[in-house]
Amino acid sequence: MEPVDIGLWGVPLAIIGGAIRVSTPFIFVSLGEAITERSGRINLGLEGTLVFGAMTAYAVAVLTGSPWLGVLAAAATGVCFGLFHGWICKFPKVNDIAIGIALMLFGTGLAFFFGKPFIQPSAPDLPAIAFGFWSDIPQVQAALNINILFLIGIALALFLWWAFKNTRAGLILRVVGDSSDAARAMGLNPNTVRLIATGVGGALAAIGGAYLSLYYPGSWNERISSGQGLMAVALVIFARWNPIGCFLAALLFGGAGALGPALQSVGVTQGYYLFYAAPYILTLLIMIATSSPGRSLAGAPGELSITK
Amino acid sequence: MTDITSGPATFGSPAYPAALEWIARRAEAIVIPLCAIVAGLALFSVFLAMLGKSPAAFFELMWRGGFGSWFSIQNTLSRAAPLLLAALCVALPARLGLVVIGGEGAIVLGGLAAGAVGVGLSGAPAFLVIILMGVGAMLAGGVWIGVVGALRHYRAVNETISSLLMAYIAIALMNQLVEGPLRDPASLNKPSTHPLDEAYRIGSLPGMDVHWGLVVGVVACIVSWMLIEKTRWGFAARIAGGNVRAAQIQGLAVGPLIVGFTALAGGFAGLAGMIEVAAVQGNANASLAAGYGYTGILVAFLARHNPLAIIPVAILLGGIGASGGLIQRRMDLPDATVLVLQGMLFIVILFSETFYGRFKAFNPDLWKRSA
Repeated sequence: MEPVDIGLWGVPLAIIGGAIRVSTPFIFVSLGEAITERSGRINLGLEGTLVFGAMTAYAVAVLTGSPWLGVLAAAATGVCFGLFHGWICKFPKVNDIAIGIALMLFGTGLAFFFGKPFIQPSAPDLPAIAFGFWSDIPQVQAALNINILFLIGIALALFLWWAFKNTRAGLILRVVGDSSDAARAMGLNPNTVRLIATGVGGALAAIGGAYLSLYYPGSWNERISSGQGLMAVALVIFARWNPIGCFLAALLFGGAGALGPALQSVGVTQGYYLFYAAPYILTLLIMIATSSPGRSLAGAPGELSITK
Repeated sequence: MTDITSGPATFGSPAYPAALEWIARRAEAIVIPLCAIVAGLALFSVFLAMLGKSPAAFFELMWRGGFGSWFSIQNTLSRAAPLLLAALCVALPARLGLVVIGGEGAIVLGGLAAGAVGVGLSGAPAFLVIILMGVGAMLAGGVWIGVVGALRHYRAVNETISSLLMAYIAIALMNQLVEGPLRDPASLNKPSTHPLDEAYRIGSLPGMDVHWGLVVGVVACIVSWMLIEKTRWGFAARIAGGNVRAAQIQGLAVGPLIVGFTALAGGFAGLAGMIEVAAVQGNANASLAAGYGYTGILVAFLARHNPLAIIPVAILLGGIGASGGLIQRRMDLPDATVLVLQGMLFIVILFSETFYGRFKAFNPDLWKRSA
């Protein structure tokens, strides 16, 4: 189809399309981290989990020919990384933030180690649904070509938002996150709950990685992640541990990430690298604007070391 | 730290000589990390064995590539130089209770500042330019990490995340400047700043093929150790690191302390970038983001944030890095093997924290109770 000249309208359209495309890994990682942080632990190692998940998904998709098996395999490795983080942090004096940094380096190292043979072969992509069929303009169609994982992400955000408030599991998670002592008084074992929460968080982060390697950008290499796993941690704080907030913030970040390529498409090539840094700058500004000394953050789990 | 927490001396059991107690108290800080390193290497051996590779061959090659010959020792020491400074960027804030992991950004900007100063002042006397390059690099790195400290104290922004975001921003900034205003038009494939004049390059130490950066790094470690252990600022920092509220109640200026320590830490990392530019690369380019900042995190944690302990640990990890190429070629392993080994060491060393204070042998106060 011939591209239609739609002038400057291309910029917001490319940003919207980019926001949907780029935000999906943020959605999964931040929802996973929201579950983990609601239980009172922080897992900075999700960056490593994400990269390892991206590698696993790609490798399994290459070997089996099925992208969905790749996503499943990635989720399984994510559970392993998460459970390991959850297990090791239960020991006294073991710092969850430092372990997260170590797992970030270990996960990426391990992914590069095993991923070397998979840089060349190409894997089948995850399917997308063409929601832009009603339009004749190819740019609109491209922007509305929406991956199924994005839709699952929306559903998951809504489900978690409901589940945190209305289910027994959600209540247990919040109690453990707010006060270990209260949880113990209720007969709950905080370490077990945190172990499960970190495991689930790891699985979601790895699915976010699978999206990176199997859909957008859709290849496996050693520069696949540009810190999405880490920005998602900041994003959870900005979203105040609210799953719907996480989803909206992820869209915002995705839009910021799409700013550079969108401007480039209409011929603005100056400052490419600075636009490339837009998501980081945005994250930092948001963190500065929403943090404040002297008061704890609204909605923060009481046991979370990052806000103590 | 040990001075404050060590038990009342008057209760010492007369059955044991004071020297033995002194050794026992300090042995813990050496024995546990050493055991952890051995455990990490053992774990890595299992990993290699599972892949059908010989751990013995790996460690033999690591020894040969890192420490076995004069050539490899020089290579190791050259690699240790930036690690010393990068590790200080983690260790100094850590003594105040801050986990700063964005040293890579300060290294990159320090290198860029040094490259810009060196080119901008071409023609001036060499010693002056080299000093100003160092000052510029320290300023750039110091401001970058100092901002992280200030945001932490005055706005309660988490320093771990903000420092890493700042590192990404720094790398983008460097790419922008190196491809734009600071670019040497002659650098086609690899955008770089104009090459430094030969006179402004840092040379080698007499009699060896190791640049002066090693001396700078070792001196920085010693100065940092004296700052923390022997000055009132270091004492105040250790109090604030132990308990911020207690420090504030004592009237200590925690804010300036945090900003000062983080700025100094960033300054050291910036210096590492300047050394990379002036001793190794000859100009500032994307190779500045070579991962020294991240290996430096591991070095600092392995050294338990003790600046003197950073020196041997940096040499150990410099050796591991130096042997990477040899191992890759001889054993047909990917270059990420070193990253896997580093990750395992990191996890084991953090896990070993849980064993402090658990062994009676290290705590003379407990000896007499059961005796």
